[in-house]
Amino acid sequence: MNILETLGMYLSYPFVRYALIVGVLIALCSSLLGVTLVLKRFSFIGDGLSHVAFGAFAIAAVLEVSNEMLVVLPLTVLCAVLLLRMGQNTKIRGDAAIAMLSVGALAIGYLLMNIFSTSSNLSGDVCSSLFGSTSILTLTLGEVILCVVLSVIVIAVFVFFYHKIFAVTFDESFAQATGTDAKKYNLMIAVIVAVIIVLAMNLVGSLLISALIIFPALSAMRLFRSFLSVTICSAILSVCCALIGILGSILWATPVGSTIVAVDIAAFLICWLIDRVRA
Amino acid sequence: MALITCRGLTLGYEGTVLVENLHFSIGAGDYLCIVGENGSGKSTLIRTLLHLQEPMKGEVIEGDGLRRNEIGYLPQQTLIQRDFPASVREIVLSGCQGRMGFRPFYGPQEKELAARSMEQLGIADLRRRCYRELSGGQQQRVLLARALCATRKVLLLDEPISGLDPKAAMDMYELIAALNRDEKITIIMVSHDMTSIRYATHILHVGDEWFYGTREEYLQSPAGIYFAGVHAEETAAAESSAEEQEGGEEE
Ligand SMILES: Nc1ncnc2c1ncn2[C@@H]1O[C@H](COP(=O)(O)OP(=O)(O)OP(=O)(O)O)[C@@H](O)[C@H]1O
Ligand SMILES: [Mg+2]
Repeated sequence: MNILETLGMYLSYPFVRYALIVGVLIALCSSLLGVTLVLKRFSFIGDGLSHVAFGAFAIAAVLEVSNEMLVVLPLTVLCAVLLLRMGQNTKIRGDAAIAMLSVGALAIGYLLMNIFSTSSNLSGDVCSSLFGSTSILTLTLGEVILCVVLSVIVIAVFVFFYHKIFAVTFDESFAQATGTDAKKYNLMIAVIVAVIIVLAMNLVGSLLISALIIFPALSAMRLFRSFLSVTICSAILSVCCALIGILGSILWATPVGSTIVAVDIAAFLICWLIDRVRA
Repeated sequence: MALITCRGLTLGYEGTVLVENLHFSIGAGDYLCIVGENGSGKSTLIRTLLHLQEPMKGEVIEGDGLRRNEIGYLPQQTLIQRDFPASVREIVLSGCQGRMGFRPFYGPQEKELAARSMEQLGIADLRRRCYRELSGGQQQRVLLARALCATRKVLLLDEPISGLDPKAAMDMYELIAALNRDEKITIIMVSHDMTSIRYATHILHVGDEWFYGTREEYLQSPAGIYFAGVHAEETAAAESSAEEQEGGEEE
């Protein structure tokens, strides 16, 4: 049986189709804000938040709530707002505070899971929330719909506020001085990032989310020189890498998250090489 | 009624006062030059006029129907990331953001305005270029075009010629003077050198002893005489060193 036939066979299963839909949407969402996060030096917020999301998942598991999202999403959004405030407050060392919060969340999360877990396969659970699980292949229709709705909201907000996000990213004080409420848009960016991170937890796990956000943006910045072309290129790159990664992981039975990130890294290396050869 | 009025403005940071009890007002069509030593609080004053930071005491009042989002601004340093991907056109258009309200996309009016601003500053043929690959002088022009998109009433310029060669600096001054003369745009400019004062109608000297008045009054005042004197010495020194260099090359 050749590769195409194998793929065709897998694609006839609904769970594989669900995984592809969810994967592509998450990759698209996370790449959109990547450019802004990299340029605003906000990438550390993404990193911190992903650990917070891990802690929140642990709390949700301990509380045995039926839908984890109801706990994880508000908690992560709350921390996003807190982290942004700390980053802007010059009196507290912003980076140290973020490191504290993110490592703290990681440790407490693992501790909680250890103490309260009823699962027989604890290290498996932890490993899958850190590195992404195969649970992307066991998504229910409800989860897929939730993911689609959230992604559509994220994409719509991004497109609607695209020019304002550019203005605030390029020169915050000019934007503020000429009547754009930069603080409000910073807050909006932080909230969207929190939503994206919670969405992406399932796909690549909390340790690898930053890669999904940052790599496509960095790759696109090697190739293009205007904000619009970089944004479009990073979206396309991210979607392609996610598709290749998911299909590859099915074919070779590798972990989904790390395969996608590996493809992202390969794409970055290619872009970097093209840039080098051109110069 | 004046465009911008400062009443009893005291500027400073956490206990250290830079300027005390500043009173002045700027009328439509004025060209105000702000001078003073390094660290005397010129940029602080500009940022306060823009409501980017709060004064320790006093207030800044807009009049004559001037709205807060109708002020164009050219910062002293724009800390733009080294590898920021942005085309000239994208940056100039972003100056229109203040007038957009909740409209998400730029309309023909904004595109027209951006095209006109770029035309005026002679950067129309650079519009597809990447900002970070331009020279310092070209970058300053792009930022000035962006400021022009934000307003046709008041421009606040914080050392617009820093990093420009003498020729480019003169061009920049001419350009700003022309905007003031032909378009009746009110100019508030921070500057260090005496040449720029030629164009000003009013001078504000910032320091422990602040001074505000017309250019003529300033040149008669102690601060003005001192400043002009220092400047004359500087120019003389610069000229003699230039001559020495020329002599050295001949040898
Ligand atoms: N954010 C800040 N916090 C504390 N002190 C500050 C801050 N910004 C500026 N200062 C201090 O206030 C003083 C005035 O700074 P300002 O930038 O207004 O000077 P300036 O007149 O524009 O100088 P220059 O000619 O070098 O541009 C300086 O002594 C500076 O150290
Ligand atoms: Mg200054």
